[in-house]
Amino acid sequence: MENGMKRLLSFAALIGLVISTPVLAEYGLNFPEPATPVATEIKDIHNLTMIISTVLLVIVFTIVFYSLFTHRKSRGFEPDQEFHKGTFGKWSWVLVPVTVLGVDLTIADSAQSVLEKVWIAPNEEMIEIKVVGHQWWWEFVYLTEGGVKVESRILSKKDLADRGQPENLYLRAVDNHLKLPVGKNVKFLHTSDDVLHAFWVPALGMKKDAIPGYIQETWIDGIYKEGIYRGQCAEMCGTKHAFMPIVVEAVSEQAFATWIAEKKVARDKAIAEANSNKTWTKDELMAKGKTSYDKKCAACHKVDGSGGGPFPKLAGSPMATTGSIADHMNIVLKGKGVMPAWASSMDDLELAAVVTYERNAWGNDTGDVIQPKDVKASR
Amino acid sequence: MSTADVAHDDHHHGAPTGWRRWVFSTNHKDIGTMYLIFAFCMLIFGGLMAMAIRAELIFPGMQLLSPDVYNNIVTNHALVMIFGAVMPAAAGMANWMIPLMIGAPDMALPRLNNLSFWLLPIAAFTLVTSMLAPYLLDFGTVDTGVNTGWTIYPPLSAKVGASMDFLIFTIHVLGISSILAAINIIVTILNLRAPGMTMMKMPLFVWTWLVTAFLLILVMPVLAGGVTMLLFDRHFGTSFFDAAGGGDPVLFQHLFWFFGHPEVYVLLLPSIGVLGMVIPTFSRKPLFGKTSLVISMAILMVLGLIVWAHHQYTIGMSLGTVTYFMIGTILISIPVGLMVFNFIATMWRGAMTFETPMLFAIGIILMFTFGGLTGVMLAVIPADMQYHDSMFVVAHFHYALIPGALYGLYAGVFFWLPKWTGRMYDEKLGKLFFWTNVGGFNLTFFPQHFLGLAGMPRRIIDYNVAFTEFNVMSSIGSFIFGISHILMLYIIIKCVKGQGEKATDQVWEGAKGLEWQLPSPPPFHTWATAPTVK
Repeated sequence: MENGMKRLLSFAALIGLVISTPVLAEYGLNFPEPATPVATEIKDIHNLTMIISTVLLVIVFTIVFYSLFTHRKSRGFEPDQEFHKGTFGKWSWVLVPVTVLGVDLTIADSAQSVLEKVWIAPNEEMIEIKVVGHQWWWEFVYLTEGGVKVESRILSKKDLADRGQPENLYLRAVDNHLKLPVGKNVKFLHTSDDVLHAFWVPALGMKKDAIPGYIQETWIDGIYKEGIYRGQCAEMCGTKHAFMPIVVEAVSEQAFATWIAEKKVARDKAIAEANSNKTWTKDELMAKGKTSYDKKCAACHKVDGSGGGPFPKLAGSPMATTGSIADHMNIVLKGKGVMPAWASSMDDLELAAVVTYERNAWGNDTGDVIQPKDVKASR
Repeated sequence: MSTADVAHDDHHHGAPTGWRRWVFSTNHKDIGTMYLIFAFCMLIFGGLMAMAIRAELIFPGMQLLSPDVYNNIVTNHALVMIFGAVMPAAAGMANWMIPLMIGAPDMALPRLNNLSFWLLPIAAFTLVTSMLAPYLLDFGTVDTGVNTGWTIYPPLSAKVGASMDFLIFTIHVLGISSILAAINIIVTILNLRAPGMTMMKMPLFVWTWLVTAFLLILVMPVLAGGVTMLLFDRHFGTSFFDAAGGGDPVLFQHLFWFFGHPEVYVLLLPSIGVLGMVIPTFSRKPLFGKTSLVISMAILMVLGLIVWAHHQYTIGMSLGTVTYFMIGTILISIPVGLMVFNFIATMWRGAMTFETPMLFAIGIILMFTFGGLTGVMLAVIPADMQYHDSMFVVAHFHYALIPGALYGLYAGVFFWLPKWTGRMYDEKLGKLFFWTNVGGFNLTFFPQHFLGLAGMPRRIIDYNVAFTEFNVMSSIGSFIFGISHILMLYIIIKCVKGQGEKATDQVWEGAKGLEWQLPSPPPFHTWATAPTVK
């Protein structure tokens, strides 16, 4: 809010000045700078329709204001009772629709080629990324890069401070970026795990809804240059709809390949660990559980398990203390009402760790230890 | 209001007295008045919710509301304004004016009329129950309140608690009320016209209501069917909209917008009808191109029924389908353009004066044209993928609906207030109301176009600091816009209390038509003997 006030004051000061183009650009009066050729074409279409609309608006305003100043009783203007009976009156019902139709067809025609281009991805090899919307985070799976997976969650103001990033990025910054190589075609396959979401990064110039049970495609034809492009969820998805930003980071092809390779190594290590059949100690599970809980569960249930609003308190709740482990596990796996199901987005080890943590943290102290094989059995 | 003059009614029974007069009323004027009072209460309720939204958004950060309460208010603001304020106000004017304009003694089905009004307070009660359900009622599940937006898309709406069931019930009651009112209006117009009042001689307001009533009957049942399927999904184990059970979440969107798009014209057309009365009156010149206006309306109705999916360009339809919806949508500019043109041509070479109704009428022509043009921009799919679900859309439909629907009703209120109450309203205050209202409206919604283009989605409770300036402007505008309505209430109360100059029968110098031949205010029963129209 303080930051907002500062910007507001600077803005107020600006109003007094002659408004120059760079200043306007800062305050976002039009689409942001397009990051791809297709986005550029989309912006051109937008500018064209905006110019046509503005011209029409000026014409209408001119005619109306001329009439308002001329044809008024106070100036002694005598009403022309026969006006609608003249040639103009007889034929205007043809003239006006034909003129409007001409404008309409101009607009539709100029949009058609761009529409065809954005709507269907060309049938050629390109990087394919599955974009899965969750309440309230994004999952990106690099299908053509060995299924490398990125989970992307909002950074709180505290997270930003911890990472040394400026606070004014709040609501537009996430922990893990969606990395893309510059100059490459990329196809996105959109779907959702729970309710509707929409992946929207304005600079990329496209948007489609993430719908459970559907897979939809969009594509971009090569990001011009390296950089960060920010966006956020654009389809109402419940309580934390405002809190699921998207950050695309365009990097060089080289850097992208290195990053993918690192991701693969990390993933293989995690899979090996989860499948090791080892019996985990309570302390190990608690440590793992805390990491996962703070990242994935604390957004709603709070770091101290106190909940709030529609989100139930976990500290001392019967579900996580006296209730059975099976019921507890069931809610985490399958969800309940507002609570999303986690079965598909956490592996057995992580689920075992989270449930163990919830049953022992914040004074819950049940002493229960859940092993990955228990999770497998209750899936 | 019309109790004072019942002297004409000696051949008939007079107005009943006390509460019975209102609760059991079958009189079109009393029911019209009740509709208008109900609509004004809902306007204030919906307006307060709008101001709460803007107060929350005035600065980045969450200052007043929690996310679910905010989402719930966003949802109910829309529902209350559409179903509580605009539709009942238009129905109230139809009740009052249609019988007077066509020379009918009352509406054709007076008891049905009573029922269709009294369903509204019931619906309002269940709607408020829906809002309060998360706090008052415990059904053993977590209830976030209806946090889905007025479009109540599943799967999100399937996850909401009991408050959604109350909302579904509310929608059913409102639907029944609208359909009954529509039937009544159609029957009245087709059967009770005075001798000589041919269809093409009917005033434009009557014509617009005839088309509106048909639209309502065509689309309300579709919404009712959609929400019933939703109710079944929620409680009776069906999966119409659940992909996991073989259903389709997108199906609901098609059903909703098959209702939702024509609904825009339901809101708009009665106000266009008011324009068709106001502009000729204050231009002192007949309506230009009445036949083409009526035909445009019929075309608008048909087109309106077949372009719904332009609200859902982002659901991934085939290229052929979206191309059809894009072209269909752009074509709507033809009948709408012709309507706007005809109104401007009515003003052209007239002798205009600028009383409050005329000011609103001119405001509609200018601002609605603007809202219509952003509508054409939105129809163009590649660009719409950027606008969709952004603040640009919010700005667009408020520019279409506030001038298009609400200002038409305001014009109607000031135009007919002297006829209804028998007193002229305070013209100076009326003009002051117009300028503060229009100023506040533009300050509220114009900056939202820029917010949307820059990338601010709609329905978010908190936003990045980059969006601050325009949100501050918008919020300040909304407070001016909202508070100006106190002035409107004051002006109306003054007339109702009988303060102000006495109105003549004709009221306005340029006014023509049967309704202006009656006394102001008209007696309790009018046109007991039908007039003959030449």
